[in-house]
Amino acid sequence: MYNFDITRPTTVDEAVAALSADEAQPLSGGQTLIPTLKQRLAMPSVLVSLTAIDEMKGITEGPGTLKVGGGTTHGDVAQATKGSFAGLHTLASKIGDPAVRARGTIGGSVANNDPAACYPSACMACAATIHTNTRDIAADDFFQGMFTTALDEGEIVTAVTLKVPEKSSYQKFEQPASRFPLVGVFVAKHADGVRVGVTGASNNGVFRWAEAEEALSSNFSPDAIEGLSVSAEDLMGDLHGSPEYRAHLIKVMTKRGVADAS
Amino acid sequence: MPKDTGIGASTKRREDLRYLTGKGRYTDDIRAYGECAAVFARSTVANGKIIGIDTSEAEKMPGVLAVFTGEDFVDVGGNPAGWLINSRNGEPMKEPKRPVLAHGKVRHVGDAYAAVIAETEEQARDAAEAIIADIEDLPAIVDMREALKDEALVHDEIGTNQCFDWGWIEDNRAATDEAIKNAHHVTTLELVNNRLVPNAMEPRCSIGSYNPATDDYVLQTTSQNPHLTRLLISAFVMGIPENKLTVIAPDVGGGFGSKIYHYGEEALVLAAAKKLGRTVKWTADRSEAFLTDAHGRDHVTKIELAMDKDGNFLAFRTETMANVGAYLSNFSTATPTFLHGTLMAGNYTVPLVYVNVKTVFTNTAPVDAYRGAGRPEATYSLERVIDKAAREIGRDPIELRRQNFIKPDQYPYASAAGLEYDAGNYDALMDKMEEVADFAGFDARVKESDAKGLWRGRGVNAYIEACGIAPSNLVGQLGSRVGLYDAATVRVNATGNLSVMVGAHSHGQGHETVFPQVVGEMLGIDPASIDIVHGDTSKIPFGMGTYGSRSLAVCGSAVVRATEKIIAKAKKIAAHMLEASEGDIELKDGNFTVAGTDKSVGFGEVALKAYIPHNFPIEDIEPGLEETAFYDPANFTYPSGAYCCEVEVDPETGKVRVDRMTAVDDFGNVINPMIVTGQVHGGLAQGIGQALLENTHYNADGQLETASYMDYAMPLAEDLPMYHVDHSQGTPCTHNPLGVKGCGEAGAIGSPPTVVNAVVDALQRGGKNVTHVDMPVSPHNVWKAMQSA
Ligand SMILES: Cc1cc2nc3c(=O)[nH]c(=O)nc-3n(C[C@H](O)[C@H](O)[C@H](O)COP(=O)(O)OP(=O)(O)OC[C@H]3O[C@@H](n4cnc5c(N)ncnc54)[C@H](O)[C@@H]3O)c2cc1C
Repeated sequence: MYNFDITRPTTVDEAVAALSADEAQPLSGGQTLIPTLKQRLAMPSVLVSLTAIDEMKGITEGPGTLKVGGGTTHGDVAQATKGSFAGLHTLASKIGDPAVRARGTIGGSVANNDPAACYPSACMACAATIHTNTRDIAADDFFQGMFTTALDEGEIVTAVTLKVPEKSSYQKFEQPASRFPLVGVFVAKHADGVRVGVTGASNNGVFRWAEAEEALSSNFSPDAIEGLSVSAEDLMGDLHGSPEYRAHLIKVMTKRGVADAS
Repeated sequence: MPKDTGIGASTKRREDLRYLTGKGRYTDDIRAYGECAAVFARSTVANGKIIGIDTSEAEKMPGVLAVFTGEDFVDVGGNPAGWLINSRNGEPMKEPKRPVLAHGKVRHVGDAYAAVIAETEEQARDAAEAIIADIEDLPAIVDMREALKDEALVHDEIGTNQCFDWGWIEDNRAATDEAIKNAHHVTTLELVNNRLVPNAMEPRCSIGSYNPATDDYVLQTTSQNPHLTRLLISAFVMGIPENKLTVIAPDVGGGFGSKIYHYGEEALVLAAAKKLGRTVKWTADRSEAFLTDAHGRDHVTKIELAMDKDGNFLAFRTETMANVGAYLSNFSTATPTFLHGTLMAGNYTVPLVYVNVKTVFTNTAPVDAYRGAGRPEATYSLERVIDKAAREIGRDPIELRRQNFIKPDQYPYASAAGLEYDAGNYDALMDKMEEVADFAGFDARVKESDAKGLWRGRGVNAYIEACGIAPSNLVGQLGSRVGLYDAATVRVNATGNLSVMVGAHSHGQGHETVFPQVVGEMLGIDPASIDIVHGDTSKIPFGMGTYGSRSLAVCGSAVVRATEKIIAKAKKIAAHMLEASEGDIELKDGNFTVAGTDKSVGFGEVALKAYIPHNFPIEDIEPGLEETAFYDPANFTYPSGAYCCEVEVDPETGKVRVDRMTAVDDFGNVINPMIVTGQVHGGLAQGIGQALLENTHYNADGQLETASYMDYAMPLAEDLPMYHVDHSQGTPCTHNPLGVKGCGEAGAIGSPPTVVNAVVDALQRGGKNVTHVDMPVSPHNVWKAMQSA
């Protein structure tokens, strides 16, 4: 690590002020940022820890919605959604290991927008709204490609509101080494239609599989997408899976998600 | 009734108390007064010409004490390979110098070309980044086939990328070719034995210190064999006399082979300690471990099996390219040759074996022995081709093996690959395996898997390995530059407790528990009063350390011999004390008794007498009770086994789940069944890891793409089944005093072919005509195999 200063504000306003310093960067669970610092791949001058900001923590139910504070850990999300929101519960409880889930946060995950992160698929499939200190952004507009989001410099993700589906399922096909998704598919059946969020697969980051959504909206069964196929074009290829393999897995995981949704 | 103490008892491992409660003392835990830190500047290119290294900025940085480059070590000898191998044409192998720091050229990503010593590690790291290295990027030599074209060279001075071209047994070459030409059926298989990163939990760490008043050096380091490291540094690399260098390997957090070898970092911290008069410490980070620890395996092999019309094996012939990486690591030339070619007859009565191995320099990290070292490569090739052959000629894979097994009445058996097996019973192992693996329930399990939409497959195999390396005379003839005996000193203290100094190093094997079980049983005393001392060249006799499953078979035999000497001398003392003749003294339950009488003295009284020798037969025997023995075995030991694996393959995704794993091993006599079971478990985890998950990938530019756990897949508990382990079918080794064979590597040797055989079986049952999938049988590789079948 290179040297840095650290501050631990207790309100969003203080955090925003602290982030106006040159080369300042927010730090949440540190489950992505700390390894990066250890490898000397980042050189912030000030880390603004968001972990002492109570207003960014916790989960509140609204009419048909779930609002998750940006500083809420994966472990807390897993706990709170048990038995009530199947897809999100599976997603949060399968991130990393207990230590990662005790530290990592939803805000850090969506702000980072790793092309293999789990949460962005849920945000897409559950028509999420990303709340920041200045505005609300629809998930469809928020995620803008690998490690790229609509966030401005110094802008903080304060919460994420998800539409709670009638049924949902998250299917994570793990990359054998990192155990991040090689392909992760979030299937959500809402009253007004089905949404399918796909992560891990595309060179452009998380996306919605439009054809499957359409087919499933009229017939929510695995058979409905039997005839569809995903193009391998623009999908990622690496040691762990070719674009063709990922394309194949998207379909398999979507079918399994539909069969499993509850 | 299982015993609760001594030989055969599952005594709990006494070392675990400190390992599990954080009270172990690893090299990096050691803090010295005035300690400073070393950090290495490492190449980011695979192959490059060093034009110049400008350290002037770095030297001015805060806290910096010294900067070293390859220039500082040009006059220092190279780190040698331990075995001299000759090519088929009689030429000795090519042995380019392995420097302490790269000089002239960098030859792999991670090759160190400079080192900074500073007050703190962070300062040293900052300064290392300030070194300006002018390195001309040259094309990387990565693929072995390409390398052998010699269009670009890893080492210009040797004029080729081939280290040697070895034939075994060369005299059988023509006969083997002939047998294959005329055979009724020949099965051919091309396969890759995937390259592995050892991934010891504890990264390497070395601390050098120097006392200018006495000219004494101390090296504390993560080593499996401190005496070998001292010998290499003294005799080859730095010329420090052995009496002026102490090497200490304290608790070591896993080695798996990678900590057998001497590495340049050890020489550097010693040189820096002398120059600065300070204690200098270097600790690798995980990235350095990936880039610079000696890797394992990396063979590309074509194997042929010739059979007659009845399925009798007539010949095995293999052609192998073995990667040695950029420099010859200490065992790198023995691993693909004598630890591999000599095992290529397996458990079989095959009359002819011919093995050709070309070892190849590439711009990758050095490759050397890793748990099993050569024998896993041999077993994998043999047991995969036999499985394929059985399918081709429509025979049951177990029956075909049994037909060709060496039978119990054939020992000692001279194998076609040049070894003399002393004992074994492979049919008994197979019988037991079929029972433990519940063959009877297999069909029902296939149906259960079917119902879940999964394809179940079963793979079996047999293996034999050579361990307890080994007889110095034999290995000397085969090219070893060192002897391979081991040594022990048994010191009976005046108050009757014992310190046993051993040449083997314990880093998870459990010696601190097992050796006292042996000594305690022999003396009839409580093992709790016996302690093992190891890992410090100033305290222990000259031993060869721990690798090749040799600790109990070789060092344990030395312990037995030294204890026998203790008993002989103690009997003399007891005879004097009891006023009896020495021949009448019997040792039983810790008491020396005059045969046929009730006159006796306890072991403790004899010990006290030895150190307080009033009224002592000083003309006949010396005071004290301490004996040393060196033990050089007559042969290797030959553990063998029969393994079985059941997998479920997901036909939609290609994902393989290992559902059942059975390991039935013949380790000869077993001293501590629980520890043996633990060793097998660990070996199985690494073998299944190799088969399912692990892979080391360099891209065409020589960049290691699997340089972290984000891309290098390690087995997790959830990937592994509950194991079925049995070692009830032991046939004792005939030539060592305990009749033991060695169990440390078996699991890693026997399991990879079992897993792959099972996967091929599952795919065949699912209707896919797949005859081979290279390891790792990852979802992607299995899916690709299904696509093209
Ligand atoms: C072993 C391991 C396994 C993992 N497995 C998975 C997995 O399977 N699936 C998965 O999705 N993830 C996985 N992760 C990543 C984990 O979910 C991280 O916690 C998450 O991606 C980042 O969240 P964080 O709170 O730790 O953020 P940090 O590491 O603290 O920050 C990440 C980035 O986001 C910025 N940031 C943080 N919080 C905010 C905010 N509120 N507003 C704006 N910017 C912010 C930081 O400046 C930084 O750039 C794994 C991590 C580890 C270590």
